[in-house]
Amino acid sequence: MFQIRIHGRGGQGVVSASEMMSVAAFHSGRFSMSFPSFGSERMGAPVMAFVRIDDKEIELREPVMDPDLLIVQDPTLFHAIDVFSGLKKDGYVLINSRKSAQELGVEDAVKHLPEGHVVSVPASDLAMKHLKRTTPNTVLLGAFTAMRSDLFDMSAVEKAILEIFPGKVGELNVVAAKAAYETVAQAH
Amino acid sequence: MLRQIDGSFAVAEAVALCRPHIVSCYPITPQTHIVEHLGELVKDGHLKNCEFVNTESEFGAMSLCIGSSSAGARTYTATASQGLLFMMEAVYNASGMGLPIVMTLGNRAIGAPINIWNDHTDAMSARDAGWIQLFVESNQEAVDVHIQAFKLAETLSLPVMVCMDGFILTHSYTRIDMPTQEQVDQFLPPFHARQKLDPADPVSMGAMVGPEAFTEVRYLAHYKQLEALELIPKLATEFDDIVGRDSGGLLKSHYPGDAETVVITMGSVIGTMKEVLTVMRDEGTSIGAVTVRSFRPFPKDELCNMLQNAKRVIVFEKALAVGLGGILSSNVRWALRGIPIPVYSVIGGLGGRPIVRPSLRKLFDAGVKDQLEETHYLDLNLDVVKRQIDRERAQTGSGPAAENILRDIGTVRAAKTA
Repeated sequence: MFQIRIHGRGGQGVVSASEMMSVAAFHSGRFSMSFPSFGSERMGAPVMAFVRIDDKEIELREPVMDPDLLIVQDPTLFHAIDVFSGLKKDGYVLINSRKSAQELGVEDAVKHLPEGHVVSVPASDLAMKHLKRTTPNTVLLGAFTAMRSDLFDMSAVEKAILEIFPGKVGELNVVAAKAAYETVAQAH
Repeated sequence: MLRQIDGSFAVAEAVALCRPHIVSCYPITPQTHIVEHLGELVKDGHLKNCEFVNTESEFGAMSLCIGSSSAGARTYTATASQGLLFMMEAVYNASGMGLPIVMTLGNRAIGAPINIWNDHTDAMSARDAGWIQLFVESNQEAVDVHIQAFKLAETLSLPVMVCMDGFILTHSYTRIDMPTQEQVDQFLPPFHARQKLDPADPVSMGAMVGPEAFTEVRYLAHYKQLEALELIPKLATEFDDIVGRDSGGLLKSHYPGDAETVVITMGSVIGTMKEVLTVMRDEGTSIGAVTVRSFRPFPKDELCNMLQNAKRVIVFEKALAVGLGGILSSNVRWALRGIPIPVYSVIGGLGGRPIVRPSLRKLFDAGVKDQLEETHYLDLNLDVVKRQIDRERAQTGSGPAAENILRDIGTVRAAKTA
């Protein structure tokens, strides 16, 4: 089972990101479950959402406490909460930032992870460019797909984005996600 | 057809397959997405011959259900938490009048203190309101049970409340196998009301009944609920025959066989519990689990039969009857009155507190060794409670308890010297 914890702030599309990931996994023939954290959900407040992906039905409903992947939509959260809590030894970290983990001052928390498992993507910038707003969720989804394309591929991601955001909004988000995918795929 | 959708969306689609004539809507978290999606389905023409009505309050929503069901319309609504409390007078009237309304309850705590997250306090507040109450474990069960609920309600002319955990089910995306319209039409015939307001054939509904017959009318309501004990498994079989899925009857035994320790619970928490129980069983511990689908009527004889060889029972529930303890456990004790085994009552998951494997493992380890108190509170931070008790004893003006406790645990940072 692959477990994902997404950290962000209310309004950044954290919950939608988890939903799109679960739908993308479904379109890749896998079982998945996504759910939001049960904390205060309001604009600006720290928000978490969870995804589990497996090849059999998932019944576990506790929050993801030992994630294989952490997605950090807002790096200011590093100073507010223990984002890295329970991260697996061979886990992945994907950060929405122009800065590297080292530049963000969190290199100690990620130095045990295998090479290439910690990626920073300027997702808000890419979102601004393609969507004219700073919502980073679909950009990060595209970026992660380049890191672990065995879980789901870009065609499943495209379907998932268009299911959650039908029409023009979804189409723009697909373009943004593909741009992030290309950026990370080339860097790898 | 397989789809990856959230619980609310799935329930809305399932209700639409049942061809309701009236959907009565008043939003309240965490069920709002259900009625919202039904509104979309009516507006875009997917759900035909259905009137979607926005009401001014939950009291209005249930009152409208009473009116439309009395007129012979298949009627649906959904609510949660304080919304259920606000409609409560009408909730009792709906059952007292024998109106086959189906309502989803997106289970949520009740304030004060205000809390939008999941527990079963709302459903428990209506446990004696005369409605059939069915608790589902997963979103697939939510889909299947809502379809069965309409047939159950209309066969008995009684309202049915389908209880699904707020957020945990309503907001989770999982794989759903949606029955087809043909299958649902085959299972659920058109609604023929047992009683109907009709100007051509006038009747009086909701007549005043004095002491001379009130006991008989109430006893009849009880008798009808007991009929549901036979009908619920029968409908589950019919559904299985058509749709090809066993979605459960009154109770569900998760590990058939005679376990020495049996955990009894309701709702979605069984998913996480099974992860723990499977590990313990693999280690050789004789432990199993039973979930209660039908809380009202309570299948006491069926439960008693299932537990003939149990050495102890651990009842886990997401509600607390202040001044007594467990509610489900009290019902289980009544069911097991002839069997002299310990019944441990465990209260957990209140107001959305996550129920996690390490806490459950510790609980069950203590349980199998008979080392639990009669009533145990999962992950209770007693120190915090004691601090507030001490404050209240020391000061007459110790202030609001909820805020004091939030300050003690650091959620509220504002410094105040108490």
